[in-house]
Amino acid sequence: MAGVATQASLESAPRIMRLVAECSRSRARAGELRLPHGTVATPVFMPVGTQATMKGITTEQLDALGCRICLGNTYHLGLRPGPELIQKANGLHGFMNWPHNLLTDSGGFQMVSLVSLSEVTEEGVRFRSPYDGSETLLSPEKSVQIQNALGSDIIMQLDDVVSSTVTGPRVEEAMYRSIRWLDRCIAAHQRPDKQNLFAIIQGGLDADLRATCLEEMTKRDVPGFAIGGLSGGESKSQFWRMVALSTSRLPKDKPRYLMGVGYATDLVVCVALGCDMFDCVFPTRTARFGSALVPTGNLQLRKKVFEKDFSPINPECTCPTCQRHSRAFLHALLHSDNTAALHHLTVHNIAYQLQLMSAVRTSIVEKRFPDFVRDFMGTMYGDPTLCPTWATDALASVGITLG
Amino acid sequence: MKLSLTKVVNGCRLGKIKNLGKTRDHTMDIPGCLLYTKTGCAPHLTHHTLRNIHGVPAMAQLTLSSLAEQHEVLTEYKEGVGKFIGMPESLLYCSLHDPVSPCPAGYVTNKSVSVWSVAGRVEMTVSKFMAIQQALQPDWFQCLSDGEVSCKEAASIKRVRKSVDRSLLFLDNCLRLQEESEVLQKSVIIGVIEGGDVMEERLRSARETAKRPVGGFLLDGFQGNPTTLETRLCLLSSVTAELPEDKPRLISGIGRPDEVLKCIERGVDLFESFFPYQVTERGGALTFSFDYQLNPEEILLQQNGTQEEIKYVDQIKKMEITGCNREITSFEINLKEKMFQEDFNPLVRGCSCYCCKNHTRAYIHHLLVTNELLAGVLLMMHNFEHYFGFFHSIREALKNDKLAQLKELIHRQAS
Repeated sequence: MAGVATQASLESAPRIMRLVAECSRSRARAGELRLPHGTVATPVFMPVGTQATMKGITTEQLDALGCRICLGNTYHLGLRPGPELIQKANGLHGFMNWPHNLLTDSGGFQMVSLVSLSEVTEEGVRFRSPYDGSETLLSPEKSVQIQNALGSDIIMQLDDVVSSTVTGPRVEEAMYRSIRWLDRCIAAHQRPDKQNLFAIIQGGLDADLRATCLEEMTKRDVPGFAIGGLSGGESKSQFWRMVALSTSRLPKDKPRYLMGVGYATDLVVCVALGCDMFDCVFPTRTARFGSALVPTGNLQLRKKVFEKDFSPINPECTCPTCQRHSRAFLHALLHSDNTAALHHLTVHNIAYQLQLMSAVRTSIVEKRFPDFVRDFMGTMYGDPTLCPTWATDALASVGITLG
Repeated sequence: MKLSLTKVVNGCRLGKIKNLGKTRDHTMDIPGCLLYTKTGCAPHLTHHTLRNIHGVPAMAQLTLSSLAEQHEVLTEYKEGVGKFIGMPESLLYCSLHDPVSPCPAGYVTNKSVSVWSVAGRVEMTVSKFMAIQQALQPDWFQCLSDGEVSCKEAASIKRVRKSVDRSLLFLDNCLRLQEESEVLQKSVIIGVIEGGDVMEERLRSARETAKRPVGGFLLDGFQGNPTTLETRLCLLSSVTAELPEDKPRLISGIGRPDEVLKCIERGVDLFESFFPYQVTERGGALTFSFDYQLNPEEILLQQNGTQEEIKYVDQIKKMEITGCNREITSFEINLKEKMFQEDFNPLVRGCSCYCCKNHTRAYIHHLLVTNELLAGVLLMMHNFEHYFGFFHSIREALKNDKLAQLKELIHRQAS
């Protein structure tokens, strides 16, 4: 009897995605995510605020930039300050005072990024803390439990993540285990009405494994799917093929979240391939290294060439940094010990990503996405035909030609 | 520019400086402070977060040590440092040194003074100094001066005398160059009173500087630790007695609330606001009360919460003195301490700053423990607002004849 009851509740998983427009050539879609803390327009880029903070900018600044969903990380927050404290603080929203949506990663990625500190078994991932050497076991149940305490609007299953450069039986093992862990996460999830649990498709760079994973996971009626295990060290040629395979087999009426993708070109191509949601530390991290994102790439503002450049980072950008400051001033500030330099760039880079996604969305709604892509590539590479091969191939596969 | 005094109470001057700036339509209240900046930007703060702060002073302090290197850039820019740094609406005062960084001694000569930037030493003769000011175009600037005596222990009388002579010579040369420059005439030179700890020299410096057409006076060399200030307070009174009433008196290196009050009582008008920055850098939040209307118990409640917490805090304060950070004052709490881990109160109850209205002590503690940049941003916003509020309360107390109450309140907290 218990099995039947579980079946019913699975089938009533909320439909959180509303499609507003679809590109008639490519797989690009514009939509709206209905989440507990408000609506989010898609395609969407989600900035990463790992430890309950968006790296030096206030929640008010983030809100003013138009951000309506950002990320927190279960592994980090689970260690410091811990789920009990966050629960006392009215969840992660209350703790960091963020009124809009939050998505928490499960801790799975840290299995790769902190591989020397982790050990995977069927039970879960055993981590050794870099702070005090103590050991924690992050199981599917524990990850969901922490995320339940954090109260994020979208929570991720704990998946068995292997680096995309790994080959052999480990990839298959991780794929099947991720399915089993998905079921354990679903069973452990205490708040399906308040928090949306997404599955994460694994399978590495093996088309068969990925197809199997897609077939199995789509049998589970979760509110959304993420495409995982990519955006590591794999070649771009393999990368796009796995993304395209995944989107071709994922249901149309649920959001597709491509994890770890953040470079502008990748975002535009993967929207064409049918992805709706993206996250990446790149824009915020590169800001802290003095790099400002622009339609033609990036500006390394610490370089001497900007010393007397009195124009803003991007004259077309509407962000507070570009409204008030010149490259020359930012150059000077970056060479000082005032952290404000980093914050100016963080604001700009987030604005860049959000403005890009907004422009992409508008072009889909206005039925001119393929033209937008051509313009974008032209600006970025000097000529659409100078776009990297993988991107040209990927776009061609969904009917967009660049030359 | 015109300084009008509303009243003088116990040596404290309450008033306004009007017709300030190039457009001559800015006003500053005295006693007051200037906004501390590093390389032309409030520490940790962008325009957005700075704008969140209530009571930001009309005049910001820039330091030549952080901007001297921008000489060439600013010369090419032509439009002045205010616009360059994105603060075109603010009044600007350019000091020689950064009050936070000590200046290494041995670099002042009869012809030049050096400032220390991130990249190294920048040596300035009078003409180079004035050329830099011509590129900066600040509203006020500290004249080139020999302030080295305060960097050294027990300077000889000969050295002290030299500091006064040199500073006067620099001043006369700078005034002469100012007369020859239309651009520089739009800026006001602040004369610098030197003289170390030698009364005779202090008086000479004050009298001679006062003879020159400067717009105001900087009382240099009074910074140090609390004990050194005590011994210098008498010097300070004597110096200000020699200065004209209708020109502002600035002092450098004084930031602690109790010291600020002592200097105001001795005729000082304007202070820097580096103190809240120093508190921020050690993970501290200013919590001292300046609300002289409240009774002592209400004050403690505002700072610390319930009765139980008050007792706990007293215990902690006793332990704190033996702690590692000897610079921590009794005007602040240190958010790195474990006791704040689960404290969901704001930094200061009743504080209307962005940080207190939006965040808790527990959150700030978390940000500090995890080394997150936002800690500095939020603490700076609170500490600046708190400090500016303190100066506002001084002016209110003077207006309402409640200075004695405020003084007593502050000194009670200066353990």
